[in-house]
Amino acid sequence: MPVSTSPQGAPIWQRRTTRAQWLQFVAWLLGLSLFLLCWKAISDNTMWVFVEDAGRQGSDLISRMMPPRWEYANVLWKPMWDTLNIATLGTVLGIIMAFPVAFLAARNTTPHPLVRSLALTIIVSSRSINSLIWAMLLVTILGPGVLAGIIAIALRSIGFVGKLLYEAIEEIHPTPVEAISATGASRLQVMNYGVLPQVMPAFAGISVYRWDINIRESTVLGLVGAGGIGLQLNASINSLAWNQVSVIFVMIFATVLVSEWVSARVRHAII
Amino acid sequence: MSSTDSLARQQAARKGYWRRLPLIDNPRVRWGLVLGAMVYLVLALASVEVNWARVAEGAGRALNFLGAFLQPDFVSRQSDILAGLLESLTMTLTSTVIGVLLAIPVGLGAARNISPLPVYAVCRSIIAVSRTFQEIIIAILFVVMFGFGPFAGMLTLAFATIGFMAKLLAEDIEDLDWRQVEAVRATGASWWQTMNHAIQPQVMPRLIGLSMYRLDINFRESSVIGIVGAGGIGATLNTSLSRYEYGTSAAILLIIIAIVLMSEYASSYVRRWTQ
Repeated sequence: MPVSTSPQGAPIWQRRTTRAQWLQFVAWLLGLSLFLLCWKAISDNTMWVFVEDAGRQGSDLISRMMPPRWEYANVLWKPMWDTLNIATLGTVLGIIMAFPVAFLAARNTTPHPLVRSLALTIIVSSRSINSLIWAMLLVTILGPGVLAGIIAIALRSIGFVGKLLYEAIEEIHPTPVEAISATGASRLQVMNYGVLPQVMPAFAGISVYRWDINIRESTVLGLVGAGGIGLQLNASINSLAWNQVSVIFVMIFATVLVSEWVSARVRHAII
Repeated sequence: MSSTDSLARQQAARKGYWRRLPLIDNPRVRWGLVLGAMVYLVLALASVEVNWARVAEGAGRALNFLGAFLQPDFVSRQSDILAGLLESLTMTLTSTVIGVLLAIPVGLGAARNISPLPVYAVCRSIIAVSRTFQEIIIAILFVVMFGFGPFAGMLTLAFATIGFMAKLLAEDIEDLDWRQVEAVRATGASWWQTMNHAIQPQVMPRLIGLSMYRLDINFRESSVIGIVGAGGIGATLNTSLSRYEYGTSAAILLIIIAIVLMSEYASSYVRRWTQ
């Protein structure tokens, strides 16, 4: 915080030096120009005529949705069960695969730095690709259906569970590990009795959290053909049956609220 | 775990029998959970219908796809990839800026310690709606309302950003050190001055870190909302997959992974620098 003296001899306080002030100004200028540039690129690709009557379109949409066709809900129980299965089985499969990957990726349990970087690559690629993209890939490979959805959810979960679990493994207390290895335990026994009990609560919490996220994600996988309630959503949108779409939205909203509540309760009980 | 139980365990341990403590103490709950999980697994696996003939047919395609990853084709659809990527990046940046700017008032309103109850209820319900629905569902609605193209995508991502940022910002404000607020208020500061000098300095580092994180998420999401027509690289990816041009798809996926990696490094750097 620089202090300069005014011609009258009184000290003047400033928050920043002149240099810092200029740097900040230039940074804001650059940021603002970048934003405006991006805005221009978007606005060039936009049909503003469509945007102008958005309000009318929106109210039209709501009026078409508004008396929801509640009897359509009877058709939705099976797809909803499929959605729950996609999320749950996908999470189970994902954590089974993520578990060894996390141990290979943690700095204190990895057998070799090369293995570690391989495991980290698996985690990053799984994390960067959205489950919908995995689903698109798997639908072209396995054909449309619940199986593609389950595997898509599993592949996406590896990265998430793997990352949080390996961070938990890196933060464990070294003393129990030392104590177990001092008894002459093998590498596997050290993992089993020294590391595993310490990360088990975190692991359970992460898995339930991911299950909660997967419920949300599995509701839309059907849009690309990977089973679940998304298939019905897609069909209803394509046939412009907006009063069915609103029923589906209500179902999704309720399911997500319940799963969030369950996950919060379980995590609260564990931690 | 009752004390007789632990005594029995100690005596058994002296004789050389030792078993580790179970994760769930109550045996009835433990075995009930195991049984429930078994029943569920059987029911769920029975209801999964798999067309094995179709899977076998697809196996060749899976090999093709893996092969394509070994030699991704960046060149033959270069202009499409570049256009999609540019659209994704511009959407990411504008939506993050707009979303964060809108999330700040919502977040302030959703913090119970600085806002009155009606404002709190409204802001919390905005957050709940924005967080429940997947980006892609919001994108479908916005595409219907605003037409195809990146504008609908940008609004979608901005809307999702509001829920995410406002929730975390509100939690951060609810945990802040109240003594500083009191000190600033004691000088006779107005509401704006309290916000600016007592609350903003405390939440700013985390706000910047979260914005960087959200930038990262928005880029990842911008690669999917193109599927429903909301602009970005997702449309290019979808087209290349449905035309079985796996080389191009592999190239796009590799670009996405590379950009996410770079932004992850950048955001960890920025977060270290702000804290």
